[in-house]
Amino acid sequence: MRKILVGVKRVIDYNVRIRVKPDGTGVVTDGVKMSINPFDEIALEEALRMRERGEAAEIIAVCIGPDDAQQQLRTALAMGADRAILVKHDGPVDPLVAARTLHAIAQKESPALVIVGKQAIDDDAAQTGPMLAALWDRPQATFASKVEFKGETLVVTREVDAGLETDEVDLPAVITADLRLNEPRYVKLPDIMKAKKKPLDVTDLASLGVDAGSPAQVVRWEPPAQRQKGVMVKDAAELVDMLKKKGLI
Amino acid sequence: MNKVLVIAEHAGGSLNPATAKCVTCAASVPDAEVTVAVFAADGAGVAAQAAALKGVAKVLLVENAANAQPLAAVLAPQVVKVAAGHGYVFGPSTTFGRDLMPRVAALLGVPQLSDVMAVESATRFKRPVYAGNAITTVEVAPGSVIACTVRVASYESAPAGGNATVEKLAVDVPLPSHTRFVTVSAAKSDRPDLQTAPRVVSGGRALGSAENFEIIYRLAAKLNAGVGASRAAVDAGYAPNEMQVGQTGKIIAPELYVAIGISGAIQHVTGIKDARTIVAINKDPEAPIFEIADIGLVGDLFTLLPEIERLI
Repeated sequence: MRKILVGVKRVIDYNVRIRVKPDGTGVVTDGVKMSINPFDEIALEEALRMRERGEAAEIIAVCIGPDDAQQQLRTALAMGADRAILVKHDGPVDPLVAARTLHAIAQKESPALVIVGKQAIDDDAAQTGPMLAALWDRPQATFASKVEFKGETLVVTREVDAGLETDEVDLPAVITADLRLNEPRYVKLPDIMKAKKKPLDVTDLASLGVDAGSPAQVVRWEPPAQRQKGVMVKDAAELVDMLKKKGLI
Repeated sequence: MNKVLVIAEHAGGSLNPATAKCVTCAASVPDAEVTVAVFAADGAGVAAQAAALKGVAKVLLVENAANAQPLAAVLAPQVVKVAAGHGYVFGPSTTFGRDLMPRVAALLGVPQLSDVMAVESATRFKRPVYAGNAITTVEVAPGSVIACTVRVASYESAPAGGNATVEKLAVDVPLPSHTRFVTVSAAKSDRPDLQTAPRVVSGGRALGSAENFEIIYRLAAKLNAGVGASRAAVDAGYAPNEMQVGQTGKIIAPELYVAIGISGAIQHVTGIKDARTIVAINKDPEAPIFEIADIGLVGDLFTLLPEIERLI
């Protein structure tokens, strides 16, 4: 029966206002709430629904991160993942390193499907899914807004710039979840209690044979240029007048 | 000479305007020699359009029936073959590029820089993170192929006036059959393309229904503007997904952006920050959109829009 691997990234919660450190070495993370990347939550929810429909048997949540990332994996287990793997790593995770890690785990676990978020809301890279698919030499269906099994293939609707594209991919495959794929469930208290008893294995990059090094390094962080607050107009006539004067209409 | 390969995006025989913006970014690499690669089933027309862009030294045309649709799994091995000898591989940060380029980078065994907004030197690039709330400068070690997607909103289109040679190339590499294109449902419209239109009118949750969204289309038609929507409006089904503007939708930089009934959530503002002039119409004077708007008007959009339409 099918296994599904879900990538879960630990990121600064989407409600937190991001502040760049004055010394330009990163963003402020002290005392800041951390959460599962919202797109990865959608990825996990989709896997859970597949299991509930009898299309999959086991869901494994994987996170690459520090010890504290066990919190996010416990949340994933509380949502319904069957087991979790923490790949210990401190510091930023380059998407290629993440893809190599997921590839190493995919080779061990032989999942029918790997689902990850289309992007993480911290680095906004949107690379891990396609990179994993490349290394694994398997299909990718990115920006998925609908996923349906048709025998041993998947029919995936993708949100592309032109509209909605439908592709068919053979299993095993990599899917990246877009916003409108589903609405993730809320975790209930009894599920949090149950999650404490579920297996959570801890490993690290070296044990998986993955080198954490990357030829690309962030050397400086800075806040973006701010737009100045403009003027308020009192009515439609004044607005149109101003736009005409500026030559904008 | 720094050889930069730009992967062309195209559909229906037309070069996507994002490619011309990519060429501008590619040409800003010091000492750049820009080659555009066109992968198509029948791409002579697209190749000719690419060859006419100023700053392009050469166009490589790879024709193959398998390239009729832009499937990343099919294109990536061909791109890798063509990229041999190039120090840089660039693609647009559209869904086409965001799908394809990481697959290419992984096959090349190199990291990718997403959404490049400035080339600081041959090895140093700027890119936004955290929905544009921080800008990072990334340094790539010498000797590594540099794979990028280009944040097209940060660049002007390369002008016409080029006269590059077009060279046909046969790429012999096994292509997978595990990924098959079925269909794409693109709404046909005569409106200017959202990503490149000089004027854009967007509607938000306050529109209240798909029927009410008609007044956005009407104003847009009057202004000859593209039409956008906030995530809330798309989630609610008032507008189709391809209209979504923001961190997870399209990032645009029109001359004029008119936000109607849009509160201005951070993820939406990320998509419009580079607009020359932002106009906001909202009934809530406290809406965050007014913090970044150049011109703000507080009031009921259903009263104001017909008035504005009449006045222009």
